[in-house]
Formats: sequence, C-alpha cells, structure tokens
Amino acid sequence: MSVTAGAHERIEVEVTVNGVPRAAEVPPRRLLSDFLRHDLRLTGTHVGCEHGVCGACTILLDGAPIRSCLAFAVSVHGRELTTVEGLAADDGTLHPVQAAFQDQHGLQCGYCTPGFVMSACGFLAETTEPDDDEIREGMSGNLCRCTGYAGILAAVKQAAGDLRASGADPRSQHQPEDDAFAGRPGGEHGPAGGDGGGEVPS
Amino acid sequence: MSTGTEVRPGTRSGLGQSVRRPDGTPKVTGTFAFSSDLFARGMLWGRTLRSPHPAARIRSIDTSIAERMPGVASVLTARDVPGRPTYGLEHADQPVFASETVRFQGEPIAVVAAEHPELALRAVAAIEVDYEVVTPLTDAEAAIGAAPIHPDGNVFRHLHLRHGDLDAVGAVSVEGSYEVGMQDQAFLGPESGLAIPVDDGGVELFISTQWLHVDRDQVAACLGLPPERVHLTLSGIGGAFGAREDVSLQVHVCLLALRTGRPVKMLYSREESFHGHVHRHPARLWYRHHADPDGRLVKVEARIVLDGGAYASSSTAVIGNAVCFAAGPYRVPNADVDGWAVRTNNPPCGAMRGFGAVQVCFGHEAQMDRLAAALAMDPVELRLRNALAPGDELPTGQVITGTAPVREVIEAAMALEPPPLAATDPPADGTMDLPGGAGLTATRADVVRGTGLAVGFKNLMYSEGFDDASTANVRVELDHRGEPLATVHCAAAEVGQGFVTLAQQIVRSVLGVEQVALRPADTTIGSAGSTSASRQTWMSGGAVELACLAVAEALAERAGYGGGAPDEVLDLDVVELLREGPIDRTRAHHHPPTEPLDEDGQGDAHVSFAFAAHRAVVDVDPELGLVKVRHIATGQDVGRALNPQAVIGQIEGGIAQGLGLAVMEEMLLEDGRLRNPSFTDYLIPTALDMPPVTATLIEQPEPGAPFGAKGVGEPPTISSTPAIVAAIRAATGLELPRIPVRPEHIALAEA
Repeated sequence: MSVTAGAHERIEVEVTVNGVPRAAEVPPRRLLSDFLRHDLRLTGTHVGCEHGVCGACTILLDGAPIRSCLAFAVSVHGRELTTVEGLAADDGTLHPVQAAFQDQHGLQCGYCTPGFVMSACGFLAETTEPDDDEIREGMSGNLCRCTGYAGILAAVKQAAGDLRASGADPRSQHQPEDDAFAGRPGGEHGPAGGDGGGEVPS
Repeated sequence: MSTGTEVRPGTRSGLGQSVRRPDGTPKVTGTFAFSSDLFARGMLWGRTLRSPHPAARIRSIDTSIAERMPGVASVLTARDVPGRPTYGLEHADQPVFASETVRFQGEPIAVVAAEHPELALRAVAAIEVDYEVVTPLTDAEAAIGAAPIHPDGNVFRHLHLRHGDLDAVGAVSVEGSYEVGMQDQAFLGPESGLAIPVDDGGVELFISTQWLHVDRDQVAACLGLPPERVHLTLSGIGGAFGAREDVSLQVHVCLLALRTGRPVKMLYSREESFHGHVHRHPARLWYRHHADPDGRLVKVEARIVLDGGAYASSSTAVIGNAVCFAAGPYRVPNADVDGWAVRTNNPPCGAMRGFGAVQVCFGHEAQMDRLAAALAMDPVELRLRNALAPGDELPTGQVITGTAPVREVIEAAMALEPPPLAATDPPADGTMDLPGGAGLTATRADVVRGTGLAVGFKNLMYSEGFDDASTANVRVELDHRGEPLATVHCAAAEVGQGFVTLAQQIVRSVLGVEQVALRPADTTIGSAGSTSASRQTWMSGGAVELACLAVAEALAERAGYGGGAPDEVLDLDVVELLREGPIDRTRAHHHPPTEPLDEDGQGDAHVSFAFAAHRAVVDVDPELGLVKVRHIATGQDVGRALNPQAVIGQIEGGIAQGLGLAVMEEMLLEDGRLRNPSFTDYLIPTALDMPPVTATLIEQPEPGAPFGAKGVGEPPTISSTPAIVAAIRAATGLELPRIPVRPEHIALAEA
C-alpha cells in the first residue's frame, strides 16, 4: 500500500477479487461497496441502505460475510474478496446456492439476491446441516421486500442438501466437473435490463 | 377480452406450470443491470437539493458558489425548466422545482450535475436558499376547511356514495373510529436513472419505473419537447409496489443531460428515497354498521379522510377505491360513505399495493368483529352470512357479473389446520418463536395467543371509465439454426412480479414455440399501461395473447386455411411455413369499458374484483407489548394460477407487507417532518418476523379474463393486516384502533 500525501490523497489498494488480483488508487474514504461497483465495475454487489441494515451489499472477506458498505476499501488491502460474480463456474454453470434461488423462486425483483446468496454461502460454510430455524435465523440479517422469505429459506435448504452431497465449499467458485451436483442450466433469453454488463453505449 | 384460447396442458413450460424466471440467471449471478448499475462514458452525477422545511416561502436562491466549484457542470432551478413547470400522474400540480412556495419537507429546489457524486453533494450544500418558514398544515381533517395551500385548493377529491335507503337502521348497530399510519413501499433498489442527450435535441432515459409512457409524456411536457424526442427504456427495477408510478428524478436527470450535453446519472440514497417518492395515504376512518338480529347487514355508514400530502399524485383514484370498497366484500343494501382526499404539508401520498382498499379493510374488518361481538355471533359465521356472491350488487350499484368466491376464500383460510400452537404447548425448542425473539425478553408463561380472520377485496385494472389498454408485438421467425424463435415486445414494466415469465408461457401455450425471447421494454412500442392495480397479467398478458393469435392466423393462412384457425397452429409445420419469412403482429388489448361514478358514487366503475381471506395466529406478551405472528393461513381468489410458484411468491410477499403495516411499519411525522427515513428506524419484516404461510388458491376462471386469470399482487396485502390486528385483539382484549400496533399500545393500554 503506497500513500500519496496531499489534498487529493489517494492510496493504492491491492486485493484479490474472485481469485483475480486487482489494484486501484482510491481516496482513503472510498467505501468498499463503491470500490467494487465504481472502480472495479463489479455491480453485482448492490447497495440498498448505505448503513449496514439491508445486507444487499454482502460479500465474503477471506471467506466470512461482511457488509461492504460498512468497510473502507483501504481496510481490505491484501485480502481476498468473493463477490456474487465469483460463484458460478467458468462455463456459466450456477453455484448450488445460485441454482437453488432459481429453483425455489427465492427472488422476484432480484435486488437483494446477491446479498442473500453471499450470506447463504457464508452461513452454509459454518452450518453444514442446518435445520429450518437455523436457516431462518441465519438469513435474518438480510432484507427482502418482494418474497416474504419463504422461497429464500427453501433455497438455502435445497443448497445445504446439494452442498452436502457434493462436499464442495460454498465459498468457492463452483467446479461442476469435480462434484456430484448436477449443475442446472441457466435461463435461455434475458429480458429487459437482463444479461450483460451495465455499460450503455453513448 | 378473452379469446377463449385453450391452454394445452402438455405444453412444456407453458401456462399453468411453475416455469422459472428468464431473468433468474442474471439476477443470481449479479449480471442483471439494475438502473443503479448503469454507467456511460463521460457521464456526470446528478444530485438534488431538497427543502428542509415542510412549509416555507422562498425569498431567494443563490447558486453562484455551487456553479463556480471546479467539476460542477450545471446547477438548475425552476427558471431552467423550458416546458411545463409542473407534472403529476393525474393532475399536473407538482412543480419540477419549488420556486416560491415549499409544500413538503424534501421538495426539490435545485439539481446539480458534477464529475463525481460526492462533488455533486458538496455543490448541493453550497446552494444558498433563503426560506421564510411557515407553519405547516399537517392535520388532514383541518385541511378540508383551512386556507388553501395550493392554487388548486386543499381537496383533491370528495366523493359521497349514497346507496339505497339512507334512513334504514338495524336492530343492532356498532360504531368505531380507526386510524392508519403512513406506510412506505420500501423497495430495496433506490430510485436511479441515466439520461443521455441525443443529437436531434431529444433525450434517451434509462429508468426504473412502473409506467414508461406516462413518464415519457410528463418528461416531454416539462422539457418542452414533443414526446417522440423523449425515448425511455426500462432498466432493471429493484421493486416498486406503487412507489415508482410517479415521476421522481426523471425530469431532473433529463434536464441536466440536455443542459450539459453529457450523459447524467442520478441515484437516490436511502434517505433521499424516503423523501423522493409517494407513500401510502394515512387514513382516519369512522364507521357505523347496522345489522338485523340474524346478523344480516342493513346499512354501512362511513367517513374516510385520506391525507394526500402536498401534491395530488393518484389521490383521486385512492379515495375512489376507499369509498367503493369501504363496506368490504359483503352484501350491503344501504350505504352512506363520505370520502375525502386532502392536501396537507405532509409528504405526498399515492399508490401503494392495494391502494385505498388497504386502509378501509382495516376499518370494515374491525367493525365486523365488533358487530359479531354485539350479536354474540361467531365472526366467521357473520362474514359467511353476508359474503358477496356472483349476481350481488355492490354499494356502487354495480352487479358482480364475474366470479366472487368470498365464501370459498373464507372457508379455505379457516379450513387449514393451525399448527400446534396452543398457549400451553411449549413452542419448538429455542426462543425465536417467542415474542421479542432473540432478545430473550418474553416469558413463556406470560404469552397469550389470539386468532383473527379478515376478508378483503379490490378492483383489478383501472376504473371509472379509464381505458388502460396494453400493446404487444410478437414476431416469429427461424433462428440461425433453423429453429422457430418468437420475440415479444411489450412496454410492461417487470418490477419483480414475473411478467417476463408469463409472456414466455403465453407464447409457448398459444403458438407452441418453445424458444421465446423478450425485447427490452421501451417507448418504441405503444403503452402497456402501468404495472399497478394487479393489471399486467390481464392487460399485457391479454395483449401478448392477441398478438400470438394474430400470428397464428397468419401462419394458418400461409398453410392454406381460409378463415384462419388459431387452435390448429399447434399442429402445423411451423418451420416449413416460416421459411417464407418472419411473421410480425402488434395488437392492443382493451378491457371492457367502465363508467365514471355519478355524484352519488353510483356506476359500473370496475372491470373485475379479486378477493382474499387471511387467518392470523399471534402470540403476545401483554406486559411487554411484544407480538409474534406465528402463522398465516390464506385463501385467495386467483381465477386461474398461470404460474403457481409465482402466485405463491406474490401471496407470501404481499402478506409480509401487510404484516409490516400491522405491527412494524410507519413513517413517523412530526410537524410535517419525517423522523425515520432510514432502514434503521423504518423497520420492515425480516425472515424472523415472517411466519409460515399456508395458502389455498381458489381457481374459478374469470369470464372475460385472458386465460381466466385474475391479478394476484394486491389482495394479500389487503386483509392480512386486519387479520393480524384481530388476532392481537383476541389475545389482549384491547380495541387497538390504530395501525401499526406498537408495543406501547398494548403494554401501556388502560385496562
């Protein structure tokens, strides 16, 4: 980490994001969520409340879930981050948690979904055989306004079973060839606002 | 109108099946582009200056310091609005920027575009406004007769429904007053949009909204541009629930883009979002119910006052619904309902899931329980005895010609076996099920249990003579592999409800084409109307069906069938026929016409109705005032479940919002100021607050509805709230005339 003094002080941050080394010079007060979204253009991490309540910005820091809106980018220098973009296999096969959210209708508008998916990955790494009450409590730190949570809880339950069957670490990128879990294909055609990055041709 | 298309049960991923969302993969992988995720090269960031005062006169606005700040590209105020200075969903009474008068806290005064969002924030802080603070008018009842705070007056709409014999009285009558607090839609994705200037002097706007075309028309009018030079494209929407029906930043961001000649993005913070969109109308209700000794309703009298806040928004429609549905889903031969929607200096209120029907349902269901008590009658039996049925007349004089399974939804909600919840049972191990949950505050021995039932209904689609038609285009062609590909183009806003899934299902079922793509929703096609009033399945689903049928007819013609035989298209060799070229058809879908209400609130004003009943089981610690909702059972009239998993998702999500209004959610106001604009202080239900839901779908196909389906989004939010409060009343014996019920209403209630 190198520090440049002055009014427009910027600090170089080096992190590993989804297994890829990334570096950027940022102001010391740059939030980790803004660093991911604006500097690295990883917009899958969403910001819903900016103060750690809603959980939409949840990512994994060295494998543990944190609220990226409550951390500064400089505070994670040298550490390893996993965002929702880092879960599916390279061939696009969904991670068991992602597939379960699809299967169980664990999303509607989808804004809270990346945060829930990351929270679930952290939770299932700690609690491999959760009962229904444990799942409910484990998912109670994230807000969803659309679903009433039943589909989300069912998804985490399904994912727990699939992960147990495969023995995979839920915090790692999905490796379809290594495990018994039969990956599910993705959707066929994205609708409005759908597939692809956020860049609008200007 | 229904065209009577048969749904073929064998069709893979067609209607009637729990087909997965086509946007599921991008949403679970993080690649789905929400409006907040959009970036354009060279874009600026916009930010709004809002009034800190609910009521003030503006003496002067000085933007000179902000304008000189390096990196600030533009600062705009009311004098920079080239077109109409005001906008509004139904009445253009809301200024794009306040210039002389501030009418609510958070009203926009100016906008800034700068190179960085934080710089924009600093520039906003550098604008100097000299306010002469005025005492705000915050009492809705007082506003009716108070000096007008807007040139259009303080009454948005007064509707006095009179039906039957107004002098009729019942052997038994009960009276009650009720109050509903201000709820917020609290979608998770704050308002955002990206505007890009176009070479012809127009503008392109990527926006999360519920209704592209009505936004387009309002934006164009304020910009002083013809509508065809304002092009809107729907971007990913993080929930809506009514809060995205009104314009928020649309005009501001386009003004900044046109002024600077650069792309401009605006993105509200959570606090700004609470100030930047309309809320659910707070309500004061007074009721008197009359019944004969057998419990048959004789007359319902009501007075309803809705606080519409500073600007009209959809207040006229909300009070229309409140008056029409004030008596609930019951046979009421005589009615006298006086409804007001008024202007105050509180935040503007407008659409939220179940608009109008939610507020009155809290009143009429409390009254039905009160009446049952006065009659010493079972409240379920009282409701069944008065339940509306097909052929019955509403207090508006309209006869129900479609389905009305009120008895069925009540019986379904009551039939479900409650989980083993008797107060003496030790709850499942752990303390999460006790009131107060993880706080370990409640003592099991103190907990009392209550059960409550409530029933509600509302209209589907827009009412009172409004033709909210929808348009869809369906194109069928061979793809690069020679396989049939259908592409649907419709401007219906996908806000999470699953219209995108349904559109694909319809095409598969009607045309037998498995591969269905969806074009982005935008304003290059005709309006689809709003994603509100539970209307898109019926209206835009119907438009997609009509376009499919037109394609089928063209295919049949190609095959040599003279008159065209849509149903036979499934047996045609579509690949062979499409070798001649693509087929492309656009169709508009209108619902049957409705009438305006007359001066007595009478008329065939509504297209169709949907009903639901909820039974709630709650545990309460009366000493601490803590409530734990333990179970909700519901029966819902859905017409036909076109995607059962999606229907259940709407029901569970709608109940969560109803639970929020019952025991958690309120925008707290003090002299017109919002006290809790954050998710720390405005609490919405978490997974621990939501009980298990057991739902029974009542499937009676609605005549005239495409595929027989009714909209399902709003009914779960209407009667879940009063069911929960009825259960708390049953547990505590308290009257609880106000929602949300807070701990002090229970713990500090006078015996």
